[in-house]
Amino acid sequence: MTDQTQKEVLLELKDYSITFKTPDGDVKAVSNMNLTVRRGERIAIVGESGSGKSQTFLGIMGLLAKNGQTSGQALLEGRDVLALKPRELDKVRGKDMAMVFQDPMTALNPSLKISRQLTEQLEIHRGFTARAASVEALDMLKRVGIPDPTRRFNLYPHELSGGMRQRIVIAMALLTKPKLLIADEPTTALDVTIQAQILDLFNDLTAEMNTALLMITHDLGVVAGLADRVAVMYAGNIVEEAPVDELFEKPAHPYTAALHAAIPRPDQDVDELVVIPGRPPNLQHLPKGCNFSPRCPQVQDDCIDRPPQLETLAPQHCAACFHPFPRREELLTHA
Amino acid sequence: MLDQTSSAPTLLKVENLTTQFEIEAKSFFKKPSVLTAVNDVSFELKEGRTLGIVGESGCGKSTLGRSILQLIRAQKGRVVWQGKNLLDLSEEQIRMARRDMQIIFQDPIASLDPRMTVGDIIAEPLTVFEPKLSRSERLQRVQDIMAAVGLVPEMINRYPHEFSGGQAQRIGIARAVITRPKLIVCDEPVSALDVSIQGQVITLLRKLRKEFGLTLIFISHDLSVVRLISDDVLVLYLGRIVEAGDCATVFSAPAHPYTQALFSAAPIPDPKLARQRSRIRLQGDPPSPMNPPPGCPFQPRCWKATDICRTKMPPTELVRAGQSAACYHMDLPAEA
Amino acid sequence: MILNPAKRELLAAELLEAEGLSPEGRSLTKDAMRRLCRNKAAVVSIVVLALLILAAFIGPYLIPHNYEDPDWAAFRAPPSWEDGHYFGTDPNGRDLLARVLYGTRVSLAVAFVATLVSVVIGVLYGAISGYFGGRLDSIMMRFVDIMYALPYILFVILLMVIFGRNVYLLFAAIGALEWLTMARIVRGQTLSLKNREFIEAARASGQKPLKIITKHIIPNLVGPVVIFAALTVPEIIATESFLSYLGFGVQEPLTSLGTLIAEGTDAMESMPWLLVFPAIFLVSLLLSLLFIGDGLRDAFDPKDR
Repeated sequence: MTDQTQKEVLLELKDYSITFKTPDGDVKAVSNMNLTVRRGERIAIVGESGSGKSQTFLGIMGLLAKNGQTSGQALLEGRDVLALKPRELDKVRGKDMAMVFQDPMTALNPSLKISRQLTEQLEIHRGFTARAASVEALDMLKRVGIPDPTRRFNLYPHELSGGMRQRIVIAMALLTKPKLLIADEPTTALDVTIQAQILDLFNDLTAEMNTALLMITHDLGVVAGLADRVAVMYAGNIVEEAPVDELFEKPAHPYTAALHAAIPRPDQDVDELVVIPGRPPNLQHLPKGCNFSPRCPQVQDDCIDRPPQLETLAPQHCAACFHPFPRREELLTHA
Repeated sequence: MLDQTSSAPTLLKVENLTTQFEIEAKSFFKKPSVLTAVNDVSFELKEGRTLGIVGESGCGKSTLGRSILQLIRAQKGRVVWQGKNLLDLSEEQIRMARRDMQIIFQDPIASLDPRMTVGDIIAEPLTVFEPKLSRSERLQRVQDIMAAVGLVPEMINRYPHEFSGGQAQRIGIARAVITRPKLIVCDEPVSALDVSIQGQVITLLRKLRKEFGLTLIFISHDLSVVRLISDDVLVLYLGRIVEAGDCATVFSAPAHPYTQALFSAAPIPDPKLARQRSRIRLQGDPPSPMNPPPGCPFQPRCWKATDICRTKMPPTELVRAGQSAACYHMDLPAEA
Repeated sequence: MILNPAKRELLAAELLEAEGLSPEGRSLTKDAMRRLCRNKAAVVSIVVLALLILAAFIGPYLIPHNYEDPDWAAFRAPPSWEDGHYFGTDPNGRDLLARVLYGTRVSLAVAFVATLVSVVIGVLYGAISGYFGGRLDSIMMRFVDIMYALPYILFVILLMVIFGRNVYLLFAAIGALEWLTMARIVRGQTLSLKNREFIEAARASGQKPLKIITKHIIPNLVGPVVIFAALTVPEIIATESFLSYLGFGVQEPLTSLGTLIAEGTDAMESMPWLLVFPAIFLVSLLLSLLFIGDGLRDAFDPKDR
């Protein structure tokens, strides 16, 4: 994992923001975000609902709601995808980056057979003949672990289970051999045993195809087994970014630390649960200082005066906090 | 503490409970098929204990919870509650029994009537069961309960859509406890909430359990959450109990292969441990309850399955004190 | 230095205030009304409708002529400012403006009463049928199907023959037909509402079935019912015009927009004002009601836009 920094940069977000225009005024869902994704790297974006984690990447894919506006740059191999015309973006979207959503049915057309949905991608983006596309698609179904693929090839989406559908969507996303796969809560709607299967699948396939993976999730537990690097988002900002081991061992931002400590564990008894009081702020009325200050167990005067900036605390580890590295006792005393 | 509670009187006894649904036939000429959502479930719940019910989607855990409250009427078996079998009672008698048994729902916002104010929602059970209360007494009760669940009294005239999921769930909890029930079925009460909010709701449930002397049935797909709050646990697969026992025992040494797989699939928020541990990789999906496999329901996905598993449902046997499982090949304690 | 608790409280209070947590809640209906007020077409239509209603109910007292007495000095007179017949007169010398205003009043009254009848019957019938389901539902809905199958003109004619021509009967007859569609819509909505968790929550709270219908189901039907009612009003005005045109409607000297237009069409070439003025009133009435209906639909179902 130490060689990550030497790898070629694939996606670079520079000063990237998303603003939604609403009748009640503008809402900044993502503000001034910077993030670098290297080839073949697996990055997890962790945050709660409303943290802007999904919007960030919908924006890159050009899939924002009509009232959403992006600014800044999102450089995919040096080319700013935010500046692309819809036609050009369509090409990039099918070929260089693909997306897997939480609900597989959003990506599948309920009235088309699996076979048609898969081969269409290949015929459009890679110029395959119908025959060649079928062969390739069937092969991909095997690789995503669909038992009896020839039979399932001719079924409709509603005839499959949720886990199977998600596998089909993953197969569809990977067919064009994208350089970047964005997965938005891909296992949240699935059962634990199926979730484990799908996570294994992501693990194996991204390594095999050298695809960079951006996994968007609310679940730190999922992240632990899969990601190389983790970025934690809160109220539209990255508050901490670190290699996965370091993030779990030495969380710098109190939010990360509290989130980590708040996860119930299947393998341990917890008598005193760490609780984060309150709830994420309303994006229209952000606090003046640090966004987390109203809920932070160790808030101090400077935290409410001005917002902290992301600062590098250790190699590859940065956090936006004036008083990083809280101890577990501090988190508990507040609860 | 364990001995003290286990000597407590039994609050609820479920015997051979079976709930079936008729599924409309696909064609006019075919007979409607039958889906057995809860199959021959028996357990006993002592006063003051919390029973966790764990299982994946489609295992019948929500149907079981609702069958206990007779929100869904069960076909066979007995639910013995305060000396009466709920299956024998009329709708009206069950309605009156609801004062003592309540439910908390998974989707906090959907479980609140969007056209009623918070105050009216929380007061609804009171208007049914204590209609003689004066307006001001009722208001007082609502405000007291709002304070107890951590809602600001100023919110009383607001509408559900103005709340976040966590707060909406507090409203749902307030409604469930306002008549001071004895039993509350919590149907996945935290699975729709963010992690930071989950902790708040669990802590609240723990607090209320102590203050009001509640007995809880806590339904969840998440082993870790169940571990946080339960004393006993039931593992359900395809409508059947595959393993049951007190939490400490089951969690430290799961005996049924399915329970083991469930544990092994639960994500652990520790990257080093997550990489090290050997995982049981289950193949395939749970079978459809419309057409269950012969023998043991878990047999098509089980790595230990042998011929007998494919023909006969294994009986429920004691693994060790406080733990039982239904499997021919379960992990027995070494000395036994 | 760690912040003192008092300061933290203050901070939290400020944040709550910033989020606009005023003690008064915004109900869904209020929200919908706010959205309706942002819809220009709907607002203009509401103003037009309000003016029409005012004109129909107050107007007749403000103009010099009344709707039934002939002006012996002016038969078939075209519109003119001098003699006070702003819309002209009809072949019997009656002031057309007064008749149009009166006709509008009758049409509006028929429409609103009939809609009210259809809403009351349709909502109760549909909600009960949908909520209880099973055999009761089957029987109730088959009855609706049978009613649907009857040709309604025949039905109205039969009523007229049996009970004689009567404006009130006309209200009731139209309303009694319109409720069928309302009942179907309400039943469909009730079926989907019935499976929502908050209805189950009400059952779990021990609420009685009829109370669940009146307290939880019907209030949540407001959206679709209001929308459908707003679209029913113009339909009934059109139906009434049609029945009047056929001669089953209101009786002379009473009149309605439909009757006026029927008379106007006969004299279209010689006295075009007899057709033009009632037609303008009818069209603006129908259009404004349709726009209001559309606006209400958008306001209650913001997702569909």
